Amino acid sequence: MRVMVLVKATTESEAGVMPSADLLTAMGRFNDEIAKAGILEAAGGLKPSSHGVRVRFSGSARTVIGGPFAETKELVAGLWIWNVGSLEEAIEWVRRCPNPMMSESDIEIRLLFGMEDFGEALTPEARALHEDALACGKEH
Amino acid sequence: MSSEGVASLEAVYRRDGRRIFATLVRLLGSFERAEEAEHDAFIAAAEQWPRDGVPANPVAWLVSVGRFKAIDRLRRDARFASIDDHAEIVEQIPDPAPGQGDQETIEDDRLRLIFTCCHPSLSEDARIALTLREVCGLATEEIARAFLATPSTLAQRIVRAKAKIRDARIPYEVPEPDQFVPRLDSVLRVIYLVFNEGYSASSGAEALRLDLTAEAIRLGWLLVRLCAEAEVRGLLALMLLHHARRHARTDGAGDLVPLEEQDRSLWDARELAVGSAMALDALRTPGHGPYALQAAIVAVHSEAGTAAETDWAQIAGLYDRLLQREPSTVVALNRAVAIAMRDGPEAGLAQIEPMLTEAPLATYHLTHAAHADLCRRAGRIAEARLSYTRALDLARQEPERRFLRRRIAELGA
Repeated sequence: MRVMVLVKATTESEAGVMPSADLLTAMGRFNDEIAKAGILEAAGGLKPSSHGVRVRFSGSARTVIGGPFAETKELVAGLWIWNVGSLEEAIEWVRRCPNPMMSESDIEIRLLFGMEDFGEALTPEARALHEDALACGKEH
Repeated sequence: MSSEGVASLEAVYRRDGRRIFATLVRLLGSFERAEEAEHDAFIAAAEQWPRDGVPANPVAWLVSVGRFKAIDRLRRDARFASIDDHAEIVEQIPDPAPGQGDQETIEDDRLRLIFTCCHPSLSEDARIALTLREVCGLATEEIARAFLATPSTLAQRIVRAKAKIRDARIPYEVPEPDQFVPRLDSVLRVIYLVFNEGYSASSGAEALRLDLTAEAIRLGWLLVRLCAEAEVRGLLALMLLHHARRHARTDGAGDLVPLEEQDRSLWDARELAVGSAMALDALRTPGHGPYALQAAIVAVHSEAGTAAETDWAQIAGLYDRLLQREPSTVVALNRAVAIAMRDGPEAGLAQIEPMLTEAPLATYHLTHAAHADLCRRAGRIAEARLSYTRALDLARQEPERRFLRRRIAELGA
């Protein structure tokens, strides 16, 4: 099963405080460990939300809103996509992750839908389109 | 709306069914009443959720409805039986009001259920059957098939165990700190027995049996979530590490493949990584014991790319520590083999030779098989043949006997 592991933002991450050399080394080691375990699909650290934008949808209207955004604790500072055997296994790996922040912070684990979760709403045609698109994405 | 309600109900049952049951056992003070109440609560949910929507806290809703249904049932029954008895029971049923903040109480209920099912005053067979039935929620028929028993034998075992819990007034509680570790040992032992039952049966002919190894690992994860003791992580690590090698330990014919000859590409790298990491954690935590040490030994084996690269010095050191903690003859035998691999066959033979004539290892086929192996490595072929033959005389399991015959044949005439 695939999970998205989200490092939630803190005041320091939103202020653009860069990770220390020690943290970068420890994180590198951790990423190496999960890559060897065969669970790592993608990883990335996010710049503060002041660098980002939101595109708000309201009916047919689209409005572009520039960062930074409020609700710091709801923002994301980093993410992984892992392929794990169970939620428990994902929790175990997160426990082993070096503490990414100086202040108190959360790492959130979210479960990704698989094709099988959509049931009949996903027609065979739509499924084929999804699969082709994903296969195409992987080649690049 | 309707299909959403039904889908959520199924998800809640799969994910939280056992949690709700555990809480109802605490509130109602009886396995049977809790089972009926849970059943009634899910029926009520199947009627109401599609119509009224899924409640904000489905687990609390089901617990609360289950409790009311149980009280209704008791009042109904009271009309046909001694009213006093039932009124007393109804009065004793506490009001749970498990709001959002009661997550911890509900988690504790799961732990209470495990400790009750694994209570030392129940026989080991009863503990295993009860744990699989009540904690894992398996059907009696499934458990019976897994243990090659008839469903009626197993049902009886469970009924008697429940009666014993009731009559002996075995409390529904997490043991006090001074009792916690010995009681936890009983829980861990039950889980490991379930695992080993599944592990030793995992050959082709048994394909229809329930996967007890998977159930044991699920129990291990549950316990890791519920309590922080090093040995809980040690046991889960040990099971994961063994489980990771399941596809390599028998060949196409169902014969056992010894560790050094296993195709390491068949090992499950992800499971090994989790298991090794967890073993290491457990070993660094105060209070670790035999499970963590055994897990660490398996982890060191798994880290080697080939059998020849195995870090035998580390393994021998871990066996030294294990032998101190658990002075068992089997551990002594394995330690001797590790010493032989570290310091050469003669050093191992010096350890094993006294065991060949000493009870109880003298009548244990693996003692003679290990002796034969070391003689073979040391070039003492005649002695090797003698010991393999002795081992063959003592071995009972057919795959092991085939393995020993193969070894004898390999020695040549």
